[in-house]
Amino acid sequence: MSNGARIRRKGLAATAGLAILGLTAACSSGDATSDSSADAGSGSGEDVVLEFAQWWEPELPDGMLRGLMDQFEEENPGITVELLSGPYASTKEQVVAGAASGTMSDVVGLDGAWVSDFVNQGAIADLSALMTDAGYDESQLAAQVQLNGATYEIPVVNFAYMLFTNDAILADAGVDVPSTRSEFVDAAEAVTTDDVSGWILPLSLEAPNGVQNDVMSWVWASGGSMLADGQPDLTNEAVTSATEYIKELNDAGVIAPGAATLKEQDKVEEFTNGRVAMMISSLAHINTIRESNADLEFTISAVPAEDGYSGERGTPYASWGIGVAENSEHKAEAWKLIDFLMSESANAELADAANAFPGNSTAVPEFVNNDEIFQEAFDVWQAGYPANEFVGLPVAEQLMREYGEQLQRVLAGEIEVSEALENAQAAWMDEF
Amino acid sequence: MTATLTPEVKEEHRPEEPPSSRVRLRRLWDRLTPYGFLSPTLVLLIILMVTPIVMVIGYSLMDRVITAPESNFVGFENYMQVLTDPAFANAVGNTIYFAGISVVAHFVLGIAFALMLNSPILGHKTKAIFRTVYILPWLFTIAIVAVLWRMLLSPNGIVNYLVETLGFSAGSVEWLSDPSLALPAVTFINIWSGYPFFMVSLLAGLQGISRDLYEAATIDRAGPIKQFLHVTIPQLKPIIISMALLDFIWTTQQFALIWMTTGGGPIDRTEMVSTYTYKLAFSTYDFSVASAAAVVVLVLSMVLAFFYVRHQKSRD
Repeated sequence: MSNGARIRRKGLAATAGLAILGLTAACSSGDATSDSSADAGSGSGEDVVLEFAQWWEPELPDGMLRGLMDQFEEENPGITVELLSGPYASTKEQVVAGAASGTMSDVVGLDGAWVSDFVNQGAIADLSALMTDAGYDESQLAAQVQLNGATYEIPVVNFAYMLFTNDAILADAGVDVPSTRSEFVDAAEAVTTDDVSGWILPLSLEAPNGVQNDVMSWVWASGGSMLADGQPDLTNEAVTSATEYIKELNDAGVIAPGAATLKEQDKVEEFTNGRVAMMISSLAHINTIRESNADLEFTISAVPAEDGYSGERGTPYASWGIGVAENSEHKAEAWKLIDFLMSESANAELADAANAFPGNSTAVPEFVNNDEIFQEAFDVWQAGYPANEFVGLPVAEQLMREYGEQLQRVLAGEIEVSEALENAQAAWMDEF
Repeated sequence: MTATLTPEVKEEHRPEEPPSSRVRLRRLWDRLTPYGFLSPTLVLLIILMVTPIVMVIGYSLMDRVITAPESNFVGFENYMQVLTDPAFANAVGNTIYFAGISVVAHFVLGIAFALMLNSPILGHKTKAIFRTVYILPWLFTIAIVAVLWRMLLSPNGIVNYLVETLGFSAGSVEWLSDPSLALPAVTFINIWSGYPFFMVSLLAGLQGISRDLYEAATIDRAGPIKQFLHVTIPQLKPIIISMALLDFIWTTQQFALIWMTTGGGPIDRTEMVSTYTYKLAFSTYDFSVASAAAVVVLVLSMVLAFFYVRHQKSRD
């Protein structure tokens, strides 16, 4: 045999060896998976490992969520919780991919905007049934996200969106914190200079949640709605009035420049740096503002309502929601984890760490009593009602984007408000 | 060689007898050996390229894939939806503008800087400094590029400060938010981040051109411009064509830069085929139509890739 042939044989043998090794490894890992599944089975007395995918852990103080999980594990021997944590965007991609492939984690952190799509996919479980099976008292829940009469998501903590005003800038201009739309436009005009804008409106199409938090909040604050019988109703008087009001603010030159590409973080930065006098933002940003600019004094109040409106004001909110995967083999154990997180003490502890309002109606976080600003915010929250009509809508983010695109056309002077709302209404109807 | 000669010798002695089973096995072994070496690559190609492409093509012919438990074959319905969508036509137009201007500008800047760095006028140290400075944009990841230029072009950014200070504008310019400026602005950012690739490749090409050609051109009384047009460009032509085709393919697929600077806005002024497809998939969860849009992009890219491969073959 020649050297060439010998080398070829050795090469082939090596390749074949690698292939066999790979196959063996694959088979071994397959066995390992099966074993692990068997171990994790919810059968009698065997340990259950719950996967809990969420974006909360990175946003909480180090070790806080793990500490709660340790407490849960102590109270529920035989159940172990494995936290799968990541930023919001990557968690969303992970959950969407899991929903598509049927490999969603047992317990998942949910945004209300995703719920409808996951329900249509059959990816998340009916929590009403789980609550009934567990004999759970629903009255302690502040809110539930329901579709077709069944609960699919429970808001664990809520981040309310309110009006933040820069005390120094308003005082220099001699204006008070506005509570009506006309007061707001007057205040915005009074404070606007070459270096300071009265208000900031983030309308980036990459993250179009500005439509929910900064635009529709004007509608909800006056008791209005963008829906009628669960269907889009963007051409109604409330939405038209709010959209025209935003155009009025734009025409008055009080909106910070660059609105079409600004994101939520830009909004907070501009307010923190004192370049914007007023913004509608989440209470979750209070600590961020304080850390970035400790000298900044600001006030929190309800989003201004239409002149003459005296009814209850809707307060926009975003939630850290929770749900159970339909593909989970441990739904009962998953519900136990939700039950624990929604319990009065654990929920208050979590809300306290997140600077959010609790999802348990009886829980009161400590920060409400210790911090004047949060006390004010809590009072506003209690005086109004939580309002976020995007929760539970199909392709909610796309709906925001479609409305945002039309609003951008209005602000660019390309079309009138009525035409924009008709276009948005037609686009929304297509999505529904 | 021994392995193939041995049976032939046997056939000469005993031509009527068929080769023994051992010889047949050895022949088979020799034939399979190349495939054994290729198999790891083939397996990877099948898993990482062929399977996803085939799956996406399959998805594009079905309705409600991924999001619904059952989906049905709908033929070319999704393609019709994409191709008749005015938003897709707008995205194609924007993509052609973005990629076309970028490739031309990459070439012009790349050749200009490469000629400068190849010039005997500059000393070695000066060249090293310029080489480092010019190549910097290429070292940044696209996320850094996007964040950097968002800050530079912000209404309160340094670019507006300069524009106002130098008296070019009375107020701040909304580079990325103004519907009439956004597309040129993102194209400029892409030009800035991509020209070093051209520059480095053309510089390598310039350094490979024989000095004899320039000496001969000088004897023929060709000035610098004629030397550039009749010596440099023809010598660089294979590199220029390859680079231009590759750059065009890559630029048409640019997603991260657009998404992180404008998100396809304001309105739809910077919507590209990539952002259009992404929104279909991850915003409306319409993976069927998104797959059809992706297949259309794949076909267009393959047309360009065909010209690239043909050009490479003609070079060989």
